[in-house]
Amino acid sequence: MGFGIASAILLAIGLYMSFFVAPTDYKQGEGYRIMFIHVPAAWMSMLIYVVMACWAAAGMIWHTRLSSMMASSLAPTGAMFTFIALWTGALWGKPMWGAWWVWDARLTSELILLFLYIGFMALESAIDDPRRAARASGLLALVGVVNVPIIYYSVQWWNTLHQGSSIKIVDGGVESSMSEIMVWTLLVMTFACWFYTIAVALCRVRSIILEREANTSWVKELLQGAKS
Amino acid sequence: MSEWFAMGGHGLYIWGSYGVAALYMIVEVILVVRRRRSLVQRLGRMIRMKAHADLEVPK
Repeated sequence: MGFGIASAILLAIGLYMSFFVAPTDYKQGEGYRIMFIHVPAAWMSMLIYVVMACWAAAGMIWHTRLSSMMASSLAPTGAMFTFIALWTGALWGKPMWGAWWVWDARLTSELILLFLYIGFMALESAIDDPRRAARASGLLALVGVVNVPIIYYSVQWWNTLHQGSSIKIVDGGVESSMSEIMVWTLLVMTFACWFYTIAVALCRVRSIILEREANTSWVKELLQGAKS
Repeated sequence: MSEWFAMGGHGLYIWGSYGVAALYMIVEVILVVRRRRSLVQRLGRMIRMKAHADLEVPK
């Protein structure tokens, strides 16, 4: 609940900054404002995947059931942010590059990320035994992790239409080619998406726990008084 | 006002981006909350039915 409220407040501030505070870009005009949703969504799509793979790995190593449940709870939100990154990228690419889509390294590897999320969810729901499902989908999540650095470094490794990163972490600080207010707006929007993900994933994992533990006595005691 | 919405000719692209992102995020929140609510209701009903059945058929 707290994360949800924090996310809503940050989203309101971030959207206000995106449209009213951040200045018009000298090169891209108003169109660059898509960045404030595109970049946080793309960052989240990669971050959520790494976190999901870590939970999956923890579940496979220590056989902790909650870890696998956290992994499956994060997958739909990760897939959603991947889709938003691709969608907003297409709508940004059309006016700036003249193309909705190009098969270059950055775009293609991000599309593969979407397929990895979908594959993870499909594999998990296809296997009835939850422990075998967690093991199979966890393995897929772990193999897929190699795709994340490929996405991240694709703009450096290959010639691409996609622009390089505007924010770089150099030793001792953050360096950016953008104006300071644009960086701040980007950060606020990123934290909003971050809190959103935590809120949604925690709510979803509570449902998953209840479903899996439906026959235990603690669920029985918890729900004895619930309204029908 | 309409000039602001036009976003210097990029209005369709910008609102298309933010609109779809907002739609997806709102729908996801609704789905997650609804899943939890209906689950709590269903499990609660099942548990109470079981308790009733246990009362009626003493072992």
